[in-house]
Amino acid sequence: MSRKELDNFEPADKEVIASAGIDLEEKMRSASFLQQDAQTCFSRSLIDGVEILRIEDALKEYPEAEEYYGSSFKLLGREYPQDTEGGYFIRVKKGKTIELPIQACLFLKAEGFKQRVHNLIIIEEGAKVHLITGCSAAKSADEGFHLGISEFFIHKGGYLNFTMIHSWKEDISVKPISIALVEERATFVSNYVCLRPVRDITMYPTAVLQGEASRASFNSLILSHPGSLQDIGSRVILRAKNTQAEIIARAVSLGGKVISRGHLKAESKDVKAHLECRGLILSEKGIIHAIPEMESEYRDVDMSHEAAIGKINKDEIEYLMSRGLSATEAQSIIVRGFMDVNVLALPEMLKKEIAHLEENTLGKSF
Amino acid sequence: MPMEKKGNLLEIKNLTVEAAGRVILKDVILSIPRGEVAILFGPNGSGKSTLIKAIMGFSGYNITGGEIIFAGQKINSMSIEQRVKLGIGLMYQHPPKIRGVKLEQVARFLSRDTKKIKELSNELSLSEHLSRDLNLDFSGGEMKRSELFQIILQDPQLLLLDEPESGVDLENISTMGSVLNEYLKKEGKSALIITHTGYILDYIKAKRGCVMIGGKLWCVGNPKEMFGEIRKFGYEKCKECHEPQRIG
Ligand SMILES: Nc1ncnc2c1ncn2[C@@H]1O[C@H](COP(=O)(O)OP(=O)(O)O)[C@@H](O)[C@H]1O
Ligand SMILES: [Mg+2]
Repeated sequence: MSRKELDNFEPADKEVIASAGIDLEEKMRSASFLQQDAQTCFSRSLIDGVEILRIEDALKEYPEAEEYYGSSFKLLGREYPQDTEGGYFIRVKKGKTIELPIQACLFLKAEGFKQRVHNLIIIEEGAKVHLITGCSAAKSADEGFHLGISEFFIHKGGYLNFTMIHSWKEDISVKPISIALVEERATFVSNYVCLRPVRDITMYPTAVLQGEASRASFNSLILSHPGSLQDIGSRVILRAKNTQAEIIARAVSLGGKVISRGHLKAESKDVKAHLECRGLILSEKGIIHAIPEMESEYRDVDMSHEAAIGKINKDEIEYLMSRGLSATEAQSIIVRGFMDVNVLALPEMLKKEIAHLEENTLGKSF
Repeated sequence: MPMEKKGNLLEIKNLTVEAAGRVILKDVILSIPRGEVAILFGPNGSGKSTLIKAIMGFSGYNITGGEIIFAGQKINSMSIEQRVKLGIGLMYQHPPKIRGVKLEQVARFLSRDTKKIKELSNELSLSEHLSRDLNLDFSGGEMKRSELFQIILQDPQLLLLDEPESGVDLENISTMGSVLNEYLKKEGKSALIITHTGYILDYIKAKRGCVMIGGKLWCVGNPKEMFGEIRKFGYEKCKECHEPQRIG
């Protein structure tokens, strides 16, 4: 984002924004969007085939946007909040492969502000793209609230790798609501990272695999700080033959409560799905509650799950100690390993960036 | 200290060890002079690994009697970390798997010499394992090679090797054997090696062997001869021919 547009951003704000994975220099990005509270500060595409604009503008400009808007909720017979203000519209044109990620930032600035956005992401037939959404809050945004509705439409053969990084603070409440509709041979990958403190998060994004041979994978890394509640799940509905889904969650509690949900629902035969939830509790006060669910109406499905929760295995600590690490060093390397960025399905390009972000945050936490 | 230099690097005096409230080792006496290698035979479950774990200081192994003296210092109540600093290193029989922690990370912690890491990992056919999670989906042989790799980088004075060659194919045993032999030739290096298969004996010079049966050390002698006898007559025979005895 050019200097001018960021002129009235304080250095501290820029830092928080960057901590949510946003590249303020835009060097390694193909398009950017930044909304502060209810106001769009910035919206620009640097590449052909990618449209990015404020949702209200898109609804005015493109009649087809209206058809998409709310349609994923309708499909699942669900209601959604209507009182939203802003959010982004992103569309990647048919057949385009976009090398550099698109980025969007939703930033809370004013004290007590309730940000409520509705995003539409449309990946046209055969298009391929990475999208990073960074959500963060300025120091001033005390008692803030963020509601983020996201509807993803991934058309035939399309590919969306969506990475959401939450970088909040102790007194912020957050409620993302997401649905992804995935057509034939299309892929939806969702990576979620939340390592900073937050008051509470409730989210249960759903992917619907409606087309044959479509895929979805949800991967999350969650660090829970004392006093927080993170009720975070992922759901995949497998509606067509030869669809595949994977849900992987890693949660570490430093004293807060994590409810890690996962739901796989087979509505067709010949589907394959796996759910994995691992939790590490590092403090007496920490709570991790894993709720993995699997449902099938058919016999010809291959669905499995594994869940494991506990403290760090003493054998692992002592193993590393026998190689000369101190107990603290051993714990730290094990926790970092547990939160391995490779759990996320990131392109190489982003892996380093996210690993770096993670290291910065974990370094401050213990 | 009269023991220094020429004396014993490790001295175990009347060691009794309990695990989970049960006595596993009883009055074990063993010493290893500097620069020497001792071999420990014994049937499954006799307490061999327990002895090594007690020397390393793992939790869950309570010393209820006796002393472990390393380089003239009593180490009974030292932390694992302190023991490592003094120069004790352990090659696990069954190392734990650690998700997300790469072999290379540990290698780099153990040695700053990146050239050595590269060469040794090549020699032990572990170059591709460097970027993998520790022991996760490693085959039996790969685990042993990775253990040997780490301990050589660690460069301890006393190596405790718990069945280094079990589950390793003959070709790799030969590689491991020569890496180990090279290491043990260095000034003052000592080792206590547990072996079932005896293969390792073809690669290293070991002066003494002993047999553990039911938590007691029995018999002492030339390890190759002992191994031959054990193969012929089994472990029980060792008990017949000797009383439990002082070794060293
Ligand atoms: N941590 C432990 N807790 C309880 N029992 C143990 C523990 N470690 C070893 N043992 C028991 O002690 C005995 C000796 O075990 P071990 O030293 O592993 O034998 P070896 O290495 O000679 O096969 C076995 O009966 C084993 O079950
Ligand atoms: Mg053993």
